[in-house]
Amino acid sequence: MSEQNKTATRTEFSPEDFERVYDFTYDPHEERMLLNFGPSHPATHGTLRLVMELDGERIVRCVPELGYLHHGFEKLGEYRTYNQVVTITDRMNYLSPMNNNFGYILAVEKLFGIEVTKRARYFRVLLAELSRIMDHLVSLGTWAIDLGAYTPFLYLFRERENIYNLFELLAGTRLTISYTRIGGFARDRDIPPEFFPQVLKFLDGLLKTVDEVERLLLRNKIWLNRTKGVGIITKEDAISYGITGPCLRASGIAFDLRVAQPYSDYDEFEFDVPVGENGDVFDRYIVRLEEIRQSVRIIRQAIDRFPEGELNVDPDTKVMLPPKDEVYGSIEGLIHHFEMIMLNRGARAPKGEAYVATESPNGELGFYVISNGGNGPYRFRVRPPSFYNYQILPRLLEGQMLSDTVAVLSSLNIIAGELDR
Amino acid sequence: MATNEEILKKIREKFGDAVLETSDALGEAAVSVRRDVIVDLLKFLREDPDLAFDFLMDLCGVDYLEMGGFERFAVVYHLYSLKHNHRVRVKAFVPENDPRIDSVTELWAAANWAEREVYDMYGIEFNNHPDMRRILCPDDFVGNPLRKDFPLQGIGYRESFEKIDRESAQ
Repeated sequence: MSEQNKTATRTEFSPEDFERVYDFTYDPHEERMLLNFGPSHPATHGTLRLVMELDGERIVRCVPELGYLHHGFEKLGEYRTYNQVVTITDRMNYLSPMNNNFGYILAVEKLFGIEVTKRARYFRVLLAELSRIMDHLVSLGTWAIDLGAYTPFLYLFRERENIYNLFELLAGTRLTISYTRIGGFARDRDIPPEFFPQVLKFLDGLLKTVDEVERLLLRNKIWLNRTKGVGIITKEDAISYGITGPCLRASGIAFDLRVAQPYSDYDEFEFDVPVGENGDVFDRYIVRLEEIRQSVRIIRQAIDRFPEGELNVDPDTKVMLPPKDEVYGSIEGLIHHFEMIMLNRGARAPKGEAYVATESPNGELGFYVISNGGNGPYRFRVRPPSFYNYQILPRLLEGQMLSDTVAVLSSLNIIAGELDR
Repeated sequence: MATNEEILKKIREKFGDAVLETSDALGEAAVSVRRDVIVDLLKFLREDPDLAFDFLMDLCGVDYLEMGGFERFAVVYHLYSLKHNHRVRVKAFVPENDPRIDSVTELWAAANWAEREVYDMYGIEFNNHPDMRRILCPDDFVGNPLRKDFPLQGIGYRESFEKIDRESAQ
C-alpha cells in the first residue's frame, strides 16, 4: 500500500466546507440560502442529492451530486463470466430488470455471433414489454403521490404486484429475475402453460386501471396546474443533452429504437409511438401512460402469434448449459455442464467489440462489451439512460419554484441504481 | 442513411493522416484516431449534412493495459444521427504518461458528466472542461477504479482506519 493511500481520510462535513465547494457566501441581509435536497428525501426515489441555492422560494442554482449508489458494476463486470454479468444488470434499473437482461444479452450474442430462435425472440419482446409496463407503473404512481394524488399510486402498484407474480411464476424470483442467458433463457424447462392465460387476464385488468388513473388525473385541476408548462425541454436541448426515451418523445421527436433500429423482431409488431408537443411534465405523463397501452398491444400480438419450436438454442453450440436429464444421465452431459460453469472454462467470445442499444423504459440503454477472447467481458460499459436524462435537471430548475423540483424530478424518472451503477 | 463504408470513407478522406484504424466488424462503423484531431473530427461528423451525427449517445473510457492498443487508454464516443438513422464509434487513444484530451462539451452538453466520469474512473483529464471534478467517487478518493491495475476489492478507507487494541480501549 503506497504512502498516498494511507493518508486518505473520510470527509468531515462542515458548513464552511460546504459553502466553499459550492461557491456560496451567506449574507444575512439577503434571503439567499443553500438547501441540501436529499440524498434521502422521500421525493428523490432513491439516493439523489441536489444542492440548491435559493432566493426565497426561487431556485437560483442547482448542482446535482451523484454517486450515493455507486456499486462499481462496470468494474465488477470485468471479473465475471458472460452469464454471471446478467445478475449485475438486474440491479441497475431495478424497476424493469428484464429490459436490462435483454439489452445486455443482445450485446453478448452479437459478440458471439449467435442467432436465437424465433420463439426466444418473441418471448423476450413479450417480457421486455411487461417489464416496460412495470417501470411506467412505478414511475406514474410515485409521480402522482409526490404531487399529492394518493389514489393512482395504490391503483398502479396493485397492477405492478400482478406483474411480479407473473415473473415469479416464470423465473422463480420477483425483483431480480436474471432470466436471460446466452442463447436463450435461464431454465431449460419450457414456459408454464398457465403463463399466457394469466398474462391475458392481467392485461384486461391493467387497461381498466390505466383508464381509471387517466380519469383521476387528466381533468384534475391540481394535477394540471402542477404539470402544465413546467419543466419544458426544447428539442434542441433534448438533442444536445442526449435525452432519449419518453422524455425525448414528449418534446416532439419521434425517436424510438424499437422502430428506428428494430432488434429482436420488433419490426414484426404493430404499435404506435406516442409523441408529445410541448415537452413539459404533463406531456411526459401522457406519453408514459400511452406507452403502457402500446405495450399491451405488443404483448397481445406476441401471444397471438407465439411461434412454436425450441426456446433455447441447441446446447451443442456449447454456449448453453445442457438439459438437466442429460447432465444426470450421461457422462458427456456432465462434462459439458462442468465445462460451462467452471470459471477457467466457459463459453468464450471471439475478440472484438459490440455496442447494442435497446429501448428501455427510460430511453436508450446501450451495452458496450469488449472481448479479448476470454470467458468474460474485458470492458463492460453501460450507457444508462438516466445518467444522460438527469443532466438536464439544473437547466430545467434554475429560475423555477422549489416545489417544481419534485414534479420535474419525478417526470424524468431517474433510477439511482442505473444512474450511479 | 449512409452505409458504414461511406461514413468511414468520408472520415478517411478528411482526416487521412490522423486515422489509425477503421473497422466495420459486426456491422458497426468504428474509427480510431489520434487524440489531437478529436474535436475537429466530431465537429465535422456533426455538421456534415450527409453524416449529421447530432446525438452524442455515449462517451466512455477503455483501459487497454492487458489487451494492447495504440496507447494505454482510449476515449470512446458513440454517435447517432437522428436524421439518417446511422451510428459510428470514434476512439481517440490517450497515452499513459500524459492522460489528457480536449473536451467536447462545446459541441454537446451531454459530454459534461460523461467526461467527468471518465476523469473519475480513468484519470484522463479533459482540456477546457467547465467543471472537472470527480462525479461518482467522493472528492478525496485516491486512485482511478476502472484502471486495470486498480484492485477489484479497492484500496478503500479500510487501510487508513486507526487501529485500537484491546488494552488502550479499556
